[in-house]
Amino acid sequence: MGTFAIETRGLKKSFGKTHAVAGVDLAVSAGGVYGVLGPNGAGKTTTIRMLATLLHPDAGEARVLGYDVVRDAQAVRSRVGLTGQFASVDEDLTGVENLLLLARLLGYSRRRGRERATDLLDAFGLAEAADRQVKKYSGGMRRRIDIAASLVVTPELIFLDEPTTGLDPRSRNQVWEIVRGMVAEGTTVLLTTQYLDEADQLADRIAVIDHGKVIAEGSSGELKASVGAGSLHVRLRAPEQRAEAEQVLAGVLEVRAEPSADPAALSARISDPERVARSLAELSRDGIDVTEFALGQPSLDEVFLTLTGHAAKETPEEDAA
Amino acid sequence: MNATSAEQASAPVTEDALRSVLLAGERPSRPGPVLTSLTFGWRALLKIKHLPEQLVDVTMFPIMFTLMFTYLFGGALAGSTQEYLQFLLPGILVQANVMITMNTGITLNTDIEKGVFDRFRSLPVWRPSPLVGALLGDLVRYSIGSAIVISLGLVLGFRPEGGAVGVVLSVVLLLLFSFCLSWLWTMLSLILRTPNSVAGVSMMVMFPLTFVSNIFVDPKTMPGWMQAVIEVNPITHLATVVRGLMHGSVPAGEIGWVLVSSVLLVAVFGPITMILYRNKK
Ligand SMILES: Nc1ncnc2c1ncn2[C@@H]1O[C@H](COP(=O)(O)OP(=O)(O)O)[C@@H](O)[C@H]1O
Ligand SMILES: [Mg+2]
Repeated sequence: MGTFAIETRGLKKSFGKTHAVAGVDLAVSAGGVYGVLGPNGAGKTTTIRMLATLLHPDAGEARVLGYDVVRDAQAVRSRVGLTGQFASVDEDLTGVENLLLLARLLGYSRRRGRERATDLLDAFGLAEAADRQVKKYSGGMRRRIDIAASLVVTPELIFLDEPTTGLDPRSRNQVWEIVRGMVAEGTTVLLTTQYLDEADQLADRIAVIDHGKVIAEGSSGELKASVGAGSLHVRLRAPEQRAEAEQVLAGVLEVRAEPSADPAALSARISDPERVARSLAELSRDGIDVTEFALGQPSLDEVFLTLTGHAAKETPEEDAA
Repeated sequence: MNATSAEQASAPVTEDALRSVLLAGERPSRPGPVLTSLTFGWRALLKIKHLPEQLVDVTMFPIMFTLMFTYLFGGALAGSTQEYLQFLLPGILVQANVMITMNTGITLNTDIEKGVFDRFRSLPVWRPSPLVGALLGDLVRYSIGSAIVISLGLVLGFRPEGGAVGVVLSVVLLLLFSFCLSWLWTMLSLILRTPNSVAGVSMMVMFPLTFVSNIFVDPKTMPGWMQAVIEVNPITHLATVVRGLMHGSVPAGEIGWVLVSSVLLVAVFGPITMILYRNKK
């Protein structure tokens, strides 16, 4: 132990009969973004709350920045920042009041605290909203003040619990920029997400969790590679030929071809890239016109499906308010 | 919520600004328990500033009760409304304060439900300070409530024989007792799930506690068993003390009673609250 920013062994937490976290082992290196990917109810929040010393684990141990989360809770608290999944600032207060409150609690003088609050609001594009109650903020602004509140004292490590859930794409990009900015300055970020593309885009390493257990771990490339060589995506001129094309592809590739959401498209996992060309030739011989085709690495989507047997949530609902 | 106009007002996040703000972060030394508690008290005051409507129940309720009881029952209970007011007003003051204490529990429960409490609990500060701070902030509420009841009383003809000193002393004791009683509500709010259920249960405790006492009438005419119940109710002793001090006597034994029950309330509910708070899921 000691070289990792976060290290857990056999971490467990149950609520009555629900095994929210059922034996989680993590090893997170310092620096960079570590993604914890899992669907709703997978145990992400419970894990983070144990790491942030808000919940006592039932079993197992966890060290954050070298400190035990139970025995050295206070040492952990003074070094990490937490941005919870839900409201993490006081909605009734204004943006500047919230940050000043935290600055005072963390030991800033009144004057320095006010300066720090102003600087943070400026950096997060919230200067105009400084004197407005947080409950009047939009979804994206709320998320930014939530994160800013975790940076009043620059933490060595920050937990972000589903920082972009429910945000519109623009606000989501802003949060991503903030995360990248923090990493560039040397902060370690552990973020949870339900979105595969988010983990793919941001995280250096990803732990996929489901039903309270880590079911896969690695860089997104490694996770994809573990699923197979990739897949073939085909788009047909005539959607009514899709069933026929499914048959043809299945015959040549020797795997099931899956219809996509697009009524004219389908895709198939491939084990042997050699057969791709043959399958396309076969389609044209049978009079099935292909307008587009692509050979892709497997998406994290497919990874998730393979690992868990069920799909993860795919796209964020767009909800700014 | 009007999101669009707010969103337009927000500038984009710039990389340079973010970098400099992250680098500029200092690591001040950690403040002590008194300062952090006072800071949380400041938060409670900010809430009063932003939500002045919360003071409505603090003010309307005692005003209503004073007027109703004085003019409806005063004549029948004490012979004249003026005479009854001398008896009732200190009691109403007690009831008003005790009622206002319930607000503590409801506020705390709302914090927990919304998630802000996770932030506070994740800070490296003296752990009870968010609770102590909230209670300190509530002292301001009690003071406002008390000032209103006493002013109304003076207008209606309340004449405390104990003078200003008696009035101030009795209010100080009241604040002390209210602060201590609040720990009962903080405990409840850590057990119950929603702010509504906290309000409901608090009411169920509150009504018998304030009515089955000597706040409104002298228990002499009541059956013996009822007198016995009233006698063990700490609110009775508190009302006796407040009444005594306001009218110029110093009921030392009763004051002792109030101090002992205050200490007991904190000694019992304080630690339970803190254990629940620490282990809150
Ligand atoms: N305080 C709690 N009391 C009871 N059950 C809980 C509590 N917190 C979480 N759970 C349950 O534990 C499981 C994991 O929850 P959570 O960690 O919040 O998942 P996620 O954050 O991945 O959505 C869920 O089934 C949830 O209902
Ligand atoms: Mg969650």
